[in-house]
Amino acid sequence: MLTNRSKVVSKKEMSLSERLYLPAIASGLSITFKHIFKKVPTIRYPEQKREIASVYRGQHVLKRDENGAERCTACGLCAVACPAEAITMDAAERKKGEEGLYREEKYASVYEINMLRCIFCGLCEEACPKEAIFLTNRIVDTEYGRNSFIYGKDKLVEKIDARIDVSERQTEKTIEFKKISLAIIICLLLKLRI
Amino acid sequence: MTGYIIYQIILVVAIFTVSLVVALYATYGERKIAAILQDRVGPNRAGPFGILQPFADGIKMFTKEEIIPETANGWLFIIGPCIAMLTACMTGVIIPWGGTFELGGTVYSLQVTDINIGILYLFAVVSFGVYGIMIGGWASNNKFSLLGALRASSQMISYEIAMGMSIIALVMMTGTLSLGEIVKQQDDGYCNFVYQPLGFLIFLICAFAETNRAPFDMAECETELVGGYHTEYSSMKLGFYLFAEYINMFISSAVIVSFYFGGYNFPFQHELGLSGNLLTVIQTIVFFGKIFFFIFFFMWIRWTIPRFRYDQLMKLGWKVLLPLSMANIVITGLVMWLTGKIN
Ligand code: SF4
Ligand code: SF4
Repeated sequence: MLTNRSKVVSKKEMSLSERLYLPAIASGLSITFKHIFKKVPTIRYPEQKREIASVYRGQHVLKRDENGAERCTACGLCAVACPAEAITMDAAERKKGEEGLYREEKYASVYEINMLRCIFCGLCEEACPKEAIFLTNRIVDTEYGRNSFIYGKDKLVEKIDARIDVSERQTEKTIEFKKISLAIIICLLLKLRI
Repeated sequence: MTGYIIYQIILVVAIFTVSLVVALYATYGERKIAAILQDRVGPNRAGPFGILQPFADGIKMFTKEEIIPETANGWLFIIGPCIAMLTACMTGVIIPWGGTFELGGTVYSLQVTDINIGILYLFAVVSFGVYGIMIGGWASNNKFSLLGALRASSQMISYEIAMGMSIIALVMMTGTLSLGEIVKQQDDGYCNFVYQPLGFLIFLICAFAETNRAPFDMAECETELVGGYHTEYSSMKLGFYLFAEYINMFISSAVIVSFYFGGYNFPFQHELGLSGNLLTVIQTIVFFGKIFFFIFFFMWIRWTIPRFRYDQLMKLGWKVLLPLSMANIVITGLVMWLTGKIN
């Protein structure tokens, strides 16, 4: 009754034309026939792509800093945050002379995300204290086998000559927000300890 | 005489091939039309516009694992789809695919054989087709299959009566049982549909029931019976059943056109002043055009109307179509008597 769309069921006898059934069929046929001329809303995917928002949560990227060194320090916070347990990594110590490759003294020698497990929630990005991992508006490609969905560093780390722009995701506001929330969490943790 | 036999063999092979190709592309057409009517795209990956899709499906069917259930009756299980396919292909020979053409002084007809009991032959073969479904359903040793087969056979029997009755009126009018003759009588541009609209309607509805097409696809009926009579079938045996349905659809479209829509004739064909052979070619093209329209109509109906309930189906067959077709006979007789065709 709220929507005013309820219909009262009527049990009245069907009229002759209704019982003949053929007029109903004819009107049904005309309805389906009209659909022949309707525009098809399908997007033929690999050739055509749907417009997606610039802050779409798609395939991840592991960022490098301005000098081209990997930002990730293998702290494992993203893996802890991940609700789908899609991230695994191995940590290694930076050697002398590798300063140009890795920004921090510890880095991820192996970093894998299983794209079949990932639910693209973006929590890894939120958890990362080093602004190292971001989701991008790229769509994960289809593959034939399950193993090929486990993306290693070769696919995740951005190429030096082909940087991936995440400025839309990493605005001043988000950085500010992250700092504040980190501060709050630390305060809370300290309070719990004491 | 040898020339005649060779010609007949060529014609039979040609008709067989054409039926297969049409049925092959009817599967593609079915999917495309379903897609278009539902605002989708349909198969479009195999070749341009998905034109190779039927072949991909065929290869898939052939290479799938063949399963014969342990409890199934081995021989009957194999014979089932064979009969379905055989009967589907057998009716093509009596259909007049076009007029006659002349080659080197001999006149050839595009009808393999114009037997004078054509309609009876047609009915005999079509009713034989139900054995394919029945045997398949019985031999599967599966309740769903058995129920599907049961429904199919009772449905076929019920609708065959109405179908035969509707044809009797036509036979009364034309005075012949031969398909070639019936088509020839319509070459003045007035097709039998003009004289027999009710008969046509009954025949059309029964044709839907006979080919097991929606809204009468009781025998398959996915929502109730899994796959109906072919639940246990796999691989190319299943392919045969499905394929036979499409051939049946092609043939019954051809029969409907020959009976009620002038067969290969088209209006004003004699005023065009074309030579014999050219006229025959055009006639055959026209015939196929009409057939394709009816195949389209079959599919159009399938994607418009939901399936009948089983009791509704029986009610429609026995309580509506049968009395109507009898009334049609009486009316036809009366009109013929009044117009002085009989005394
Ligand atoms: S987006 Fe979510 S699910 Fe995917 S890796 Fe990051 S935290 Fe895990
Ligand atoms: S991506 Fe960020 S959160 Fe994950 S391990 Fe590297 S630095 Fe830590």
